[in-house]
Amino acid sequence: MSVLFIVVPLALIVVAAAVAAYVWSARGGQFDDLDTPALRMLHDDEAPASRVAPPTKGA
Amino acid sequence: MTRAAPSSREPVIGTACTHCGLAVPRALVHDGDGPQFCCAGCHAAYDILQSSGLSQYYAFRDKREVPVRRSGRSFEEFDHPAFGELYVQGIEGGRSRIELYLEGVHCASCVWLVERVPLLLPGVARAELEVRRSLARIEWDASMVSLSSIARTLDQLGYTPHPFRGVARDEMRRREDRAMLTRIGVAGAIAGNVMLLALALYAGGPHGMEPRYVLLFRWLSLVLTIPAVLYPGRIFFTGAWGALRSRTLHMDLPIAIALGAGVTRGAINTITDSGPIYFDGVCLLIFLLLVGRFLQQRGQRTANDAAELLYALTPTTARVIEDDGVERDLPVVGLLPGMQVLVRAGESFPADGVITVGESSVNSALLTGESHPTSATAGTAVFAGTLNLTAPVQLRVEESGASSRLAKILRQVEESAQRRAPVVLLANQLSGYFVGAVLVLAVITFLVWVSRGEARAWDHAIALLIVTCPCALALATPLAVTAAVGRAARAGIFIKGGDALESLTHPGELILDKTGTLTEGRTSLVRWIGDDAVKPMMLALEAGSSHPIADGFRRAWPGLATTPVQDLAHHVGAGIVGTVDGHVVVVGSPAFVAERATGGAQLLAQLDASELTPVVVAVDGLVVAVAGIGDRVRDDAAAALAALRRRGWRTTLLSGDAPRVAALVGARLGFAPEEIIGGASPEQKLALVRERLAQRSDATRPVVMVGDGVNDAAAIAAATVGVGVHGGAEACLASADIYLTTPGIEPLVRLVEGSARTMHVIRRNIGFALGYNAVGVALAMSGLISPLVAALMMPASSLTVLLGSWLGRSFEAADPPRLLDRDTVGPVSTLESAA
Repeated sequence: MSVLFIVVPLALIVVAAAVAAYVWSARGGQFDDLDTPALRMLHDDEAPASRVAPPTKGA
Repeated sequence: MTRAAPSSREPVIGTACTHCGLAVPRALVHDGDGPQFCCAGCHAAYDILQSSGLSQYYAFRDKREVPVRRSGRSFEEFDHPAFGELYVQGIEGGRSRIELYLEGVHCASCVWLVERVPLLLPGVARAELEVRRSLARIEWDASMVSLSSIARTLDQLGYTPHPFRGVARDEMRRREDRAMLTRIGVAGAIAGNVMLLALALYAGGPHGMEPRYVLLFRWLSLVLTIPAVLYPGRIFFTGAWGALRSRTLHMDLPIAIALGAGVTRGAINTITDSGPIYFDGVCLLIFLLLVGRFLQQRGQRTANDAAELLYALTPTTARVIEDDGVERDLPVVGLLPGMQVLVRAGESFPADGVITVGESSVNSALLTGESHPTSATAGTAVFAGTLNLTAPVQLRVEESGASSRLAKILRQVEESAQRRAPVVLLANQLSGYFVGAVLVLAVITFLVWVSRGEARAWDHAIALLIVTCPCALALATPLAVTAAVGRAARAGIFIKGGDALESLTHPGELILDKTGTLTEGRTSLVRWIGDDAVKPMMLALEAGSSHPIADGFRRAWPGLATTPVQDLAHHVGAGIVGTVDGHVVVVGSPAFVAERATGGAQLLAQLDASELTPVVVAVDGLVVAVAGIGDRVRDDAAAALAALRRRGWRTTLLSGDAPRVAALVGARLGFAPEEIIGGASPEQKLALVRERLAQRSDATRPVVMVGDGVNDAAAIAAATVGVGVHGGAEACLASADIYLTTPGIEPLVRLVEGSARTMHVIRRNIGFALGYNAVGVALAMSGLISPLVAALMMPASSLTVLLGSWLGRSFEAADPPRLLDRDTVGPVSTLESAA
């Protein structure tokens, strides 16, 4: 059972890594807006066929 | 892409426009499976989307929504330097950034479309939309594209942009939110691990765990707990310190004492290797309290955003005409009484004033809620924020900026919103008593047990502080409210603040606006007297007309087949004459038709001309039918009002419309004569709400204001609970606590029922939490509580509250039975029964 002296601290290091990843993502703003990205993933990434000039007033 | 529009989800009689979903006039329907359009504008928008490869818009669109609305403004003021100083931020790479509040954002296709703006406009680097607050963050290169053309593009797509002032505060909030989320994450991870260690200790202890492992686990718990207290837990200590300095009792105080005492005692026990360590309880306490606080904070913020949005609605610059005739742009803040200002067609008036030159029509919907434009000539008084529709006019400024009528109304909205704070204060006071009681009990426990040894007395007192911790109590309300608000949103009711739900549990005063709230707020066919057979002929005549009345007929009979028309002649302001199938058909005002046909006097007499505008139909020189045109009462209004009255609500009709019209509509909906008030200005509406608030016999009786226009905004903000209905003005929705996202007022009934159920869940939660606390206090004071019991009771009470909140059926999640959509169906029988 003395393996616990190694395994438990090791597990805590893994936890520390996970917490660090979470803190990084929270600070980076990944949880700022929880609604829009869920809608955004519905969109395909396909490139548009062509571009048009900006519509002018009254178009 | 040729997808037949809404037919997949909704029964549409006739043909629906591929772009906007409205019925296509018979005359414009062409054969084949291709796209169909109700007007040239929709066709143009469709072509833009198609040619840019953006046709997927139609796949993401939520088809129940209202048709696309655009303002058609020029947005020239967006390019003014003074505007830039107020709203635009410069960022690296020579780019600029702005946050725009967009009207009409509601679904996935909006995100998709807005975020494709960079594809439409070279020079726009990024466009990001936050759906929840309708805020678009746009980054662009000012040397390549002007802000006004970005604004015009957004407007053409159907999202009228307004500059958003709260950018700096927004940045601060975002930082706060991120810091809070980091704290919650760290606290959660530590709590989970310390509890695992504690579990090993509780399970292994009685069975003779080897002392060296016990020691290891206790020391590891200590090592983990210290950062949890120092980093996420620190806000409780700063809060408690603040409360001590201001000599008030705050929830943070016993929490800080429990945390401090628990950690100190636990650390001493760890070092001396004796007694309980409390670390699991301490860590879980920090985590759960942070979660509760975060949920509460978010709820309050949505309510606070309201006032910011209101300011976005007024124009920011004005075109001043100097004495020498030179035009000069000036920020609105620089306007002084007496200045001459030029206002072009499609622009909002920047100040209150009197028209000196020019003739135009003005849309005052923003102030009065009246949707019909009024004509304005020299000498007419106009107000800031209202829209100049048809021609340029010159204006002499009378009142500007903060003294304009709009600014005064908006200020009242803000003040009313701030006055709501006392409810929150009361909650804090109550928690103060709770805190005091817990502290007194802890001291008593200590004094009772100190004779049996100081260490034991400390243990029992700390156990009491931890076990009575207001964890479950703090979570009880926010969890139940969050769950209810989420469910309500799915049922079409948008709730901004949880306190609104609490107020709605008792029946009280219900004050309703008429135009746009109880009625549809637009021209519709209300009554039809005469021969049904002439309907197709009449529709044929009206098919090509853009008049609002023609539009009303088209909406009323969307499925009717029409026949071709010959010799069509429009007489502006009077009527239409044409030949259909060899018959001469005349449609128009009674006077117009009387010149060309005979009879029909008894038909006209049947129509209540005092309320409805009569339209007479004659075929071959004989009057055959009379149609009554007016603002139709919503189909569900009578039933919903009856249901609310049965629940004990006292209803009042409060309208800006003429008293005579208000009385007619009110009487039909079952209002008693003394409950009908017509001809009320925005200020009078506000005064009435304040009067009702002052007069009520019992403070628990809420005063609820339901409305749709800016003229209702101040009254809505002043009421205990303000409700904005579907299709209302943005300013009204911003000041409302609750916003209905489906048409009609039937959701009000569901809202009241849902509030009652939510409060039931909250009371049950608090009951559970207090029950746990009472048992905990009894056990701790009698010294029976073991660390194991304390550790089990804490999460168990929070878990009960959590489950209770999520399982409580506050609002039905299922889609309610929808009424027939008037835009597409509108059977004539309903029209007549409503009349």
